Amino acid sequence: MPEPVIVLDAVSKEFPTDPPVRALSDVSLAVHQSDYVAIIGPSGSGKSTLLNVLGLLDTPSSGSYLLDGIETTVLRDGERTRLRGSRIGFVFQSFHLLSHRSVAENVMLAEVYRSGTAENGRKGRRARALAALDRVGLSHRVDFPPDRLSGGERQRAAIARALMGGPSLLLCDEPTGNLDSHNTDAVLALFDDLRDQGLTIVVITHETQVSGRAKRRVRITDGLLVEE
Amino acid sequence: MDVRDLLNEAMAGMLARPARTALTTLGTVLGITTLVITLGIAATAGNQIVGRFDELTATTITVEVPESRTVVVAWDAIDQVTRLRGVTSAAAVAETKESANLTVRSSKIVDPTRVTDQTLTVVASSPSLPQAVKGSMVEGRFFDAGHLARKDKVVVVGEHAAKLLGITRLERAPAIFIGRHAYTVIGILGAMKRERNLSTAVMVPPTIGRQFGLKDVTRVLINTSLGAADLIADQAPLALSPGNESLLQVIAPPSPTRARDGVQSDVNSLFLILGLVSLVVGAVGIANVTLVTVMERVAEIGLRRSLGAARRHVAAQFLLESTLTGLTGGVIGASLGLVAIVGVSAAKQWTPVLDLRLAVAAPLAGALVGLLAGLHPSLRAARMEPVDALR
Repeated sequence: MPEPVIVLDAVSKEFPTDPPVRALSDVSLAVHQSDYVAIIGPSGSGKSTLLNVLGLLDTPSSGSYLLDGIETTVLRDGERTRLRGSRIGFVFQSFHLLSHRSVAENVMLAEVYRSGTAENGRKGRRARALAALDRVGLSHRVDFPPDRLSGGERQRAAIARALMGGPSLLLCDEPTGNLDSHNTDAVLALFDDLRDQGLTIVVITHETQVSGRAKRRVRITDGLLVEE
Repeated sequence: MDVRDLLNEAMAGMLARPARTALTTLGTVLGITTLVITLGIAATAGNQIVGRFDELTATTITVEVPESRTVVVAWDAIDQVTRLRGVTSAAAVAETKESANLTVRSSKIVDPTRVTDQTLTVVASSPSLPQAVKGSMVEGRFFDAGHLARKDKVVVVGEHAAKLLGITRLERAPAIFIGRHAYTVIGILGAMKRERNLSTAVMVPPTIGRQFGLKDVTRVLINTSLGAADLIADQAPLALSPGNESLLQVIAPPSPTRARDGVQSDVNSLFLILGLVSLVVGAVGIANVTLVTVMERVAEIGLRRSLGAARRHVAAQFLLESTLTGLTGGVIGASLGLVAIVGVSAAKQWTPVLDLRLAVAAPLAGALVGLLAGLHPSLRAARMEPVDALR
């Protein structure tokens, strides 16, 4: 069996407030390639903290986190940033598209901080962005400003940006939170396709429509993770 | 991160809010414009002042020849000086203490009732004297090489001397007596810009001057083109009297550069302060707007961090944006300043003096202002935690 993409082992996260808040308690989780995992739970349960730890945006207070077999808790800030840029694709609830850039330029942005290698160089970047947009079915919107896209199209553009460079993990934070049911269906169908193509997807959501589509669900309550 | 990508991101960031960027550059534009106008107008006006007295003093050289038993400067040595590049005219003059007090009277035929005995200066000069003193013939002509060759007994009187002697017209070839000898007046020289005392003198050819003890050249008058005075002052003694150049005393005009510097430093200091104050105001403006921009773009910073941007990438982008804003202000300010200098010069009919180094330094100063102004906001952006920025 191949090595898991994510291995969390007894990860805890405490915030040094007064009194201290323990957002994650001894969380252990293994996610393999092509897994489609939904992390569900009520507000304040620790979902966002878990997402930040998984996305290398925050470091755990204790425990171990292996991404693609790399122990991330011992990495320095710069190394963690590089790893985040190359292995993780983020999809946010509010899309985070730059309004003054075209859809294609927004997607190309994903490679700007990775350049230096031949596969991420300036040459062919637009072609790679167009391929990613084609993958999410947005070939007809490449030169549109994001403001002129529907909510579902914007989220698909954001997913195309996350797919640039072939990440090991697609990390989605309430990806359908701002979408109507029709657009939600379209995005979820896209996730199914991507999973079928071998991509590992972790979705944090409190929507049952979203978690219902995932092959695997884990619930987090008061910082404790329970497999459903 | 590729430098071209960084530049691309910074440019896109600037152009995302063009109106705001334009307003932000305004402070730098005003500062740099003031500085460029100050320095440029001062240089132009300073040059103009120097240019004015250039015409009178900065192009005139006088070579004093000491009394000597041997001939130090021959009369025909003037030809050697005239050949020097940069010399526009030159003349040799002989004058002694004795020749300064000679009794001159006009012919009694002119006006028998008039007392015409005058004590005037008699000066021997080479034929090129009118050009050398920048004068013009009021009447008649100056003596020439032909008069010298024939040893004609002719004289030219200064304008004022002619009045004293009662000579106004030359059709009847009036004569004057210097001592006991009669000489024909062939011209009246006036409107002299230098050696104005010659207006009350009688000028005789060197061939006649000998009779009044005016054998040797005592003074050489040289006019040069603008800027050549320093060089000619060095070369003239050698041309006039090879081997005796150290005996000659050269009176040269003051260096124009020094005079111009003096004028500039007076005019500059006040306006320089004004320009610098404007620049500081511009810098504060850029710093403020960049800080506001950073606060507004928190989500974008978070996104960039999630895409793999290191803190230095974020800092570099905001720093480059503020530097480019400053540079733009500098380029516009320098252009406006140069146009203003040319405009003022055209209105005043001055020659604009533009230091090319200023045209390069002004935009760079603008960029530096932008760079310094962007330091604090950029570091603040870089310090943001991606978690907080994405929240």
